[in-house]
Amino acid sequence: MSDDIVREFLVESSENLDLLDRELINLEKEPGNRGTLASIFRTIHTIKGTCGFLGFTKLESVAHVGENLLSKLRDGELALNPEMTTALLAMVDAIRQMLASVEAIGNEGERNDQELIQTLTRLFHGSAVAAKAETLAAPTAEALHEESVVAAQATPVVVPLSTAVAPQSESVAPLPPAPAPILDAAPKIEAKLEHAEHASDHGPAPAAAESAAQSQARTAASESSIRVDVTLLDKLMNLVGELVLARNQILQFSNATEDAGLLAPSQRLNLITTELQEGVMKTRMQPIGNIWSKFPRTVRDVATMCGKQVRIEMEGKETELDKTIVEAIKDPLTHIVRNSVDHGIEKPERRVAVGKPAEGRLLLRAYHEGGQVIIEISDDGGGLDADKIRRKAVEKGLITPEQAARMGEREGVNLIFLPGFSTAEKVTNVSGRGVGMDVVKTNIEKIGGTVDVQSKPGTGTTVRMKIPLTLAIIPALIVTSGGDRYAIPQISLLELVRLDGEDAQKGIELIQGVPVHRLRGRLLPLVYLNRELKVEDEAPDLSKLPAVNIVVLQADERQFGLVVDEINDTEEIVVKPLGKQLKGIKTFAGATIMGDGRVALILDVLGLAQTSNVVSENRERALSDKERHVASMAGERQTMLLFQCGADGRMAMDLSLVARLEEFKSEMVECAGDVQVVQYRGQIMPLLRVSDLLTGHSGNGYSGGNGKRDLATTLQVVVYSEQGRSVGLVVDRILDIVEEAIVPQQPSKRDGLLGSAVIQQRVTDLLDVRGFVRTANPDFFEAPVAGGGRRP
Amino acid sequence: MSNAQQFCTFYVDRQFFGVPVQQVQEVIRYQEMTRVPLVPRVIRGLINLRGQIVVAIDLRRRLNSPERPENQLPMNVVVRTPDGALSLLVDEIGDVLEVQEETFERPPETLQGIARELVSGVHKLSGGLLLILDTEKAVNVTDTDALLAGAEA
Repeated sequence: MSDDIVREFLVESSENLDLLDRELINLEKEPGNRGTLASIFRTIHTIKGTCGFLGFTKLESVAHVGENLLSKLRDGELALNPEMTTALLAMVDAIRQMLASVEAIGNEGERNDQELIQTLTRLFHGSAVAAKAETLAAPTAEALHEESVVAAQATPVVVPLSTAVAPQSESVAPLPPAPAPILDAAPKIEAKLEHAEHASDHGPAPAAAESAAQSQARTAASESSIRVDVTLLDKLMNLVGELVLARNQILQFSNATEDAGLLAPSQRLNLITTELQEGVMKTRMQPIGNIWSKFPRTVRDVATMCGKQVRIEMEGKETELDKTIVEAIKDPLTHIVRNSVDHGIEKPERRVAVGKPAEGRLLLRAYHEGGQVIIEISDDGGGLDADKIRRKAVEKGLITPEQAARMGEREGVNLIFLPGFSTAEKVTNVSGRGVGMDVVKTNIEKIGGTVDVQSKPGTGTTVRMKIPLTLAIIPALIVTSGGDRYAIPQISLLELVRLDGEDAQKGIELIQGVPVHRLRGRLLPLVYLNRELKVEDEAPDLSKLPAVNIVVLQADERQFGLVVDEINDTEEIVVKPLGKQLKGIKTFAGATIMGDGRVALILDVLGLAQTSNVVSENRERALSDKERHVASMAGERQTMLLFQCGADGRMAMDLSLVARLEEFKSEMVECAGDVQVVQYRGQIMPLLRVSDLLTGHSGNGYSGGNGKRDLATTLQVVVYSEQGRSVGLVVDRILDIVEEAIVPQQPSKRDGLLGSAVIQQRVTDLLDVRGFVRTANPDFFEAPVAGGGRRP
Repeated sequence: MSNAQQFCTFYVDRQFFGVPVQQVQEVIRYQEMTRVPLVPRVIRGLINLRGQIVVAIDLRRRLNSPERPENQLPMNVVVRTPDGALSLLVDEIGDVLEVQEETFERPPETLQGIARELVSGVHKLSGGLLLILDTEKAVNVTDTDALLAGAEA
């Protein structure tokens, strides 16, 4: 026999076995599904037949008893029970092992499958009589009956040979609706059956007949696809990568020379390369369902072993990933799935005791998000106990108690990714040996992905992976910093902001020396690439820069602005790994070769965010603490007056301190000493400009020197009264009155300001009215009220 | 002769060094380098070796020798390591020499510091001494004290 035939048999059988795993699990859920049963029977039958043909007798004998059992199940003489499923799955495993052995050493190897064969035989005989009576009423029996009637009408020959023919009549039935094809097909089947009868002592013949019939039906699908060796695809991918580099070089050259004769073909080259690249990339894409399809079996095995009931659900099976990535995430995913069943989901008794359904639920989700694939594995189990994990980590000396104390919930549960960590109380066969989650993390990070875990005690755990679509070629933004070019993967890129001229100075504000930019009303922390890379020792002098280029990036659901010297272009880059010497540097994800042949480093946005403290647990916790605080004082919402001060300064003050809002014509402003005043309700009311506070002006009265303001025809004034005296606060514009729970953040050291808060999603300074008035006009609170001066 | 060995030789700060010829992939002239921030200064940068990205280690810095004069461009001795190719930046390339085992001697005890770690032995040649560089240690810049010292300098 030829090796090719064996190899083909191996490839086909391994696919069939995977299919069997899935179908047996499906069958357990719907024992009455005849279609599934018939399909399982067919698969086993094909394997058995081919084994006999190729002379693998051990394989054949195992498959044979399995087939016997299946035939009874299919005919409705037996009803499927969990014991049978287990035995049939064991049979699939045995077949798989034997096939592996055939692949490795050319025969099935030394093995003893007597026990399995006996079990299958016992199941076949044992309950056969007892089950018969029940199954008569079972839907399978009815279905069988109906179908054989249909078959009988179409092809009388088929009926007497029901066992061998049933699957065939099925493969005939789905053909186009007209009765003609069925009649056409009948003689063929008849002929084959005759042949089968002749050869029936030889075993393989009926299989051959049957598979021939099947393959006829499948021809349409198989003719349009071929099997390709993955190494060939890998090689193609590498070549395309090189081609992309060469294309980039040629493009750069042709753009520089502006030679029309070169330009046209190089642009065509550009287009073709792009399409070729997409095409080759597509050949390597695989739906994630390919690896998920093994999980129902895994889950069932683990659940049975732990005495648990687990239902697995999948969403987004069709999400596609590069083959190398699919391979790389297979083991980590399997590990997480096993872990979730073993540790995550509780035993049925316990689940019922806490009011959950006895059957646990494991949800696999995959979807695209921003050029990445997100994979989530969620269980509705007991969740992770962050305290316990922290204690354990301290016990094992992985972290210090001080570190543990500083850690938040999320950071705590993510300790499970530390090497040498395992919380399982007892080491089970399945997991809990202390190797695992750290390997998961390393493997995911190796392919440029991230993984983290979120957990709510009592309600479940979700492991979330972010995986790049492909590794080889990615679009990237090229920037310059400190004279060198760096590539930023476009995946993390949100937008580009350029601050020119005056904005270059005004657009960047400092909070205790930390630069931020207001991007559409939200504070965007800024990170200077030069400083992060330490390629420039001195901090750039903000006031001297003619323009500031901000690359707005996203890392771990957090945005930050990366300030670079120059933004060059976007380019497709071929990611090359860094040598061992540079592996430890978080800031770089790899390197690439640019169009001019020079090397450029690829920035790791997440790493950069971590080293520059953009992503940090403490801050998150601080925020959530504040949120709790806000929630607790939700009853004490304040009503605030929002007003504008200066070009873009937003301020707010407590409305209860506002006596009135007034408008004064500018010609009504008079001077009393060096203070600007207006006559107001029979009083002389001093005017204070709030914007003087912001500019650090002395604030002594309404500064008359500000000519531009004087020209304003109307002054917006907020009147503040105390002890019968009033003072007018001049603002540029009244914006709004809002009722919100205000949480001052970053307490101000400046007199007259309480701090800042986010109101209507914008950062707003809170005016300390009394403080402001005291600073501006120290006499105001001391001078007693002039008798009768105050009007109601 | 069975006990003869071939060495690719080069100069670093007027010292004559050699590495076994089998370890050398190729010798190329100065290549433009891309510097890598945040790494020990012995790593001078990355070079593009026909589409492969290779780390270049400056042997002068590795040996704590004085800096190479600005106008003198280093040469690349590309060596094979278990982790792929890597370039050693040297001052000047010498010949490939065949030396006898008899001329070999362990480095004297008085040789201290980083050189002690990197020089595995000395061949006494008629024209001078040939220091045999332990490439494996020379390219291992991840866990040496010199690394930290270098990074701070």
